[in-house]
Amino acid sequence: MPFSLLKYGLRSRHVPFRDIPPTPDLKRSYDVVIIGGGGHGLAAAYYLSNVHGIRNVAVLEKGYLAGGNTARNTTTIRSNYMTEESVRFYKEGVELFETMSRDLGFNVMFSQRGQLTLAHSEATLRSFHLRAEMGKHMGTRIEVVDVQTVKELCPHLNLDLGGQHEVMGGLWHADGGTARHDAVAWGYARHAGARGVEIHQRTEVIGFEQAGDRVTHVRTNRGTIAAGQVLQAVGGLNGQVAAMAGIRLPIRCFPLQAMVTQPLKPFLDILVSSANLHTYLVQSSRGEIVIGGGSDPYQLASTRSTLDQKEHLAEGALHLFPFLHKVKLLRQWAGITDMTPDYSPIMGASPLRNYWLDCGWGTWGFKATPVAGKRMAETIATGRVPDVLKPFDLSRFDSFALLNEMGATAASH
Amino acid sequence: MKLLTCPVNGPRNITEFQYLGPVRAASADEPEQLIDALFYAENPLGVMREWWRHTPSNTMLIAERHTVSDQILATYLPNRKPA
Ligand SMILES: Cc1cc2nc3c(=O)[nH]c(=O)nc-3n(C[C@H](O)[C@H](O)[C@H](O)COP(=O)(O)OP(=O)(O)OC[C@H]3O[C@@H](n4cnc5c(N)ncnc54)[C@H](O)[C@@H]3O)c2cc1C
Repeated sequence: MPFSLLKYGLRSRHVPFRDIPPTPDLKRSYDVVIIGGGGHGLAAAYYLSNVHGIRNVAVLEKGYLAGGNTARNTTTIRSNYMTEESVRFYKEGVELFETMSRDLGFNVMFSQRGQLTLAHSEATLRSFHLRAEMGKHMGTRIEVVDVQTVKELCPHLNLDLGGQHEVMGGLWHADGGTARHDAVAWGYARHAGARGVEIHQRTEVIGFEQAGDRVTHVRTNRGTIAAGQVLQAVGGLNGQVAAMAGIRLPIRCFPLQAMVTQPLKPFLDILVSSANLHTYLVQSSRGEIVIGGGSDPYQLASTRSTLDQKEHLAEGALHLFPFLHKVKLLRQWAGITDMTPDYSPIMGASPLRNYWLDCGWGTWGFKATPVAGKRMAETIATGRVPDVLKPFDLSRFDSFALLNEMGATAASH
Repeated sequence: MKLLTCPVNGPRNITEFQYLGPVRAASADEPEQLIDALFYAENPLGVMREWWRHTPSNTMLIAERHTVSDQILATYLPNRKPA
């Protein structure tokens, strides 16, 4: 890396390269059509083309590349979940992030600085013990820590001793980290494009043609194409797109909001969340404090922000770090999340034989971008759902085999 | 501040209300509809009927709200939908 950088710097003529190939005309048919050019769709395209040799692939994106929730998330990557099935899956996700920059030759700025979730009650601490034991059993680096350790991990934190939100300890997840979300998508897009995958921006799927239990054609605003297999990964609109294929999903839409402050001198070198305050903070490499929290209180499919939620986030942030009180907000935004009843994604088969689902990612899907892409590509290429994905099948709702991850999600990202 | 009109107490700050989810087409009392009632709630891009509770007065009400514009079109007590 340093040598090539030096060579590049000393060369007199810099040839600019395009990361993402321009949108071509649509062909008549593709082996695989991926609906949704977010991180998940692009990761699947990368694995299909680079690992499985399936190159006649089109990614259809109604807006611009990775402009959905991939562009809006707060980039927390972790595997401190509650059920064995989830920990196994997300652990594989974290491991793929560890080598991603090298694998893609594209700096995704992965920074494995650890995540600390604060407990403000004995009850929360007890639930943390359960999560820590499950995590250790599955081989992740995770432990319950006392107040003294919290102080060492996060010296600027207000412990509120004797107060309403006294910090009683925390869950320390040394494997947790962050990465640059856009770069993850661009890295996959670039490699998939180089292998011949066509990325069609401003191409919206508006319907399907079916024969028996198969999708034969995908209708778009730019024409109709034949598809061998279809993968759906459309973020906040998963319920709606599935409905066009006649598939009902147990999904409700809720906005999730976040914001960042002006850049500050580095003071926070871990990710910190509070279970009580429904707030989490991380300092970006630019010095901004990224602040996120829980979902909006009622169903909505709009990316408009609300003052209530922003005040709530500010309140939580100020409680944890009171010295932020004069800091200005730079940007704030919202994304639409596709929430499932058990706070777990839906991956794998659908009622249609050649139509695959990668959805229900709600508020927690960025960390799963590489592993979902890898495993969904494997599913499509082999026609077999790998064991690690089986627990996430849509049919789990019919058999009451839910994977409840509520306590491990939303504000405790 | 967003307002929601309680049919008993009039317009109040929406933070005084608890959202209880969509009025579901399925009924949990019908065994064959149990899974629908539990997991497959309404999620339209458009007007939805939903349950709310005004917490201070414990009033249960129904609201008709547009899930994209967030506009509240009507609120009324259950079984008393205005003509
Ligand atoms: C504020 C916020 C914070 C978050 N924080 C975290 C976090 O810290 N950690 C974490 O792991 N996750 C987080 N998430 C969740 C995460 O962002 C998502 O789960 C993840 O980005 C989903 O990726 P995706 O590729 O499935 O969807 P998206 O990135 O949303 O991509 C889907 C794409 O499909 C396109 N599309 C939709 N309909 C159509 C159509 N009909 N035809 C063609 N294209 C279509 C959309 O335009 C979009 O670009 C957060 C989400 C939000 C909103």
